Amino acid sequence: MASLTPTPVLEPGQDRTMILNMGPQHPSTHGVLRVLLEIDGETVVRLMPDIGYLHTGIEKTCEAKFYQQVVPLTDRIDYLCPMTNNLCYVLAVEKLLGLEIPPKAQWLRVLLNEMTRINSHLVWLGTHAMDIGAMTVFLYCFREREEILKMFEAVSGQRMMTSYFRVGGIALEPPLGWFDRVRDFAGYFPEKVDEYENLLTGNPIWLMRTKGVAKMTAEDAIALGATGPTLRGSGVDIDLRRDMPYSSYEKFQFKVPVSQEGDVFARYMCRVQELRESIGIVRQALDGMPEGPIKANAPGIVLPEREQMKTQMESLIYHFKIITEGFAVPAGEVYQAIESPRGEMGYYIVSDGTAKPYRVHMRSACFANLQTLAKMCEGRLIADVVAAIGSIDIVLGEIDR
Amino acid sequence: MPLAPAITDLEQLKNHPAVARLLGWKQDVIQSIKYDRDEMTIVVDRSDIREACALLKQDATCPFNFLSDITCVDWYPSEPRFEVIYHLLSIPNKERVRLKVRLNSASPAVESLTSVWAGANFFEREVYDLFGVRFTGHPYLRRIMMPEDWDGHPLRKDYPVEGYR
Repeated sequence: MASLTPTPVLEPGQDRTMILNMGPQHPSTHGVLRVLLEIDGETVVRLMPDIGYLHTGIEKTCEAKFYQQVVPLTDRIDYLCPMTNNLCYVLAVEKLLGLEIPPKAQWLRVLLNEMTRINSHLVWLGTHAMDIGAMTVFLYCFREREEILKMFEAVSGQRMMTSYFRVGGIALEPPLGWFDRVRDFAGYFPEKVDEYENLLTGNPIWLMRTKGVAKMTAEDAIALGATGPTLRGSGVDIDLRRDMPYSSYEKFQFKVPVSQEGDVFARYMCRVQELRESIGIVRQALDGMPEGPIKANAPGIVLPEREQMKTQMESLIYHFKIITEGFAVPAGEVYQAIESPRGEMGYYIVSDGTAKPYRVHMRSACFANLQTLAKMCEGRLIADVVAAIGSIDIVLGEIDR
Repeated sequence: MPLAPAITDLEQLKNHPAVARLLGWKQDVIQSIKYDRDEMTIVVDRSDIREACALLKQDATCPFNFLSDITCVDWYPSEPRFEVIYHLLSIPNKERVRLKVRLNSASPAVESLTSVWAGANFFEREVYDLFGVRFTGHPYLRRIMMPEDWDGHPLRKDYPVEGYR
């Protein structure tokens, strides 16, 4: 448990500051984040985040599972963007194996990842606006999010813990009519973004609470390891989807929104514009969806089709072996990073040549982004801490793992 | 696409910006090197890691100005037991490089990178908490995930998955 000893930061000898605990049950800390604040009246003198309340030892658990059994664990790290974590993990294992993934599976992964990004940003927008006092936006955002969750359920059987991607492809073909449903959604979603923007972007109260609040320079953001919209809000133009493409992102056209101001409003604008770019990518993925298989041709690694497994001896053997023994992965190590809604999500996997990973490390974007909080808030008012926490979009499950 | 064999010969890899920069600083700084699956891994001595990172960060042509990640692998029971792993990213050049330091099991410690990147703070606390590797010069080396009074370091290989009963 972290502690802050009161230090006479302001004037020696005068005990003017006090320590205030914010969280871990505070509603605007988005989970169980505890923030220790040393305050002088309403001004924050020092700030220290205290984490670890949700630590479940997922990295340790991974070492005791077969490679394919780790996929459901990756959902549980970040419950707002399960598909992103699935993708990052399977890409890392595929890189270790040297597997080639059929184009249709890659495009479906891109499509689902962008829908996950929209889902995650909608939750962020709703809760962030509610923290600052705009209640209505929350209800609007969750209306659209519900539709996305229903589509996830249709495709994977689960609303949140999807576990839809597999090493070597994806689990199942999407059901009949699913693509039409997505196309429908992609058709009306931009209007909904206009609706949110009508409520917030020009709203004087919103502007007063966000403009010039919790500023951070580009140098500080880079030094503190910030990534994603937290970094792009400070004017650093990097997006791994465009700059180090994975899973066929190089075949999609999209802009990377960057704002220069580095305040809460800049980060808000980055994410809202990303909503529009993401829906554009979804539309491109729907229009150009290639035909073909959704699983790689690798019998010892990818589970055979149900039909074949019931009728062919060889498939049955492979099925039995994969389920009971897993598949061996050549020794080596990889670091695979992707652009999650929050920033650079990276998986570092070490294989010792057996069927279980020797070490799985998740580089979580929020974990590094959280370090910027002190820089943003020190010397500012207590009410701005809430706006700052909302603007870095943290998910405590991902921070604590 | 079958896997290409790993390249471990320093001569073939010396044109990589990070390798060239490090060799220009000190001829014997690189203990071993590996280029595998499109990723460069450079092993340096533990006394060199902070200066090596500071050099790579300031490089004029290809600055590795962003610290992506610090983590650790426990190779128990072999020695050197711990590998501390640093992933650097060059934002202008879109290049990655992985640096490694090998540490023996007897009081594993390495210099902290917090003076180079302030963001190393949480990552090093995490490695300290879960592996028991100390970082000298760290401003606040305390447990971050586990409770303060926890016994042992859970991600070590000799720590049981179910915990001590």
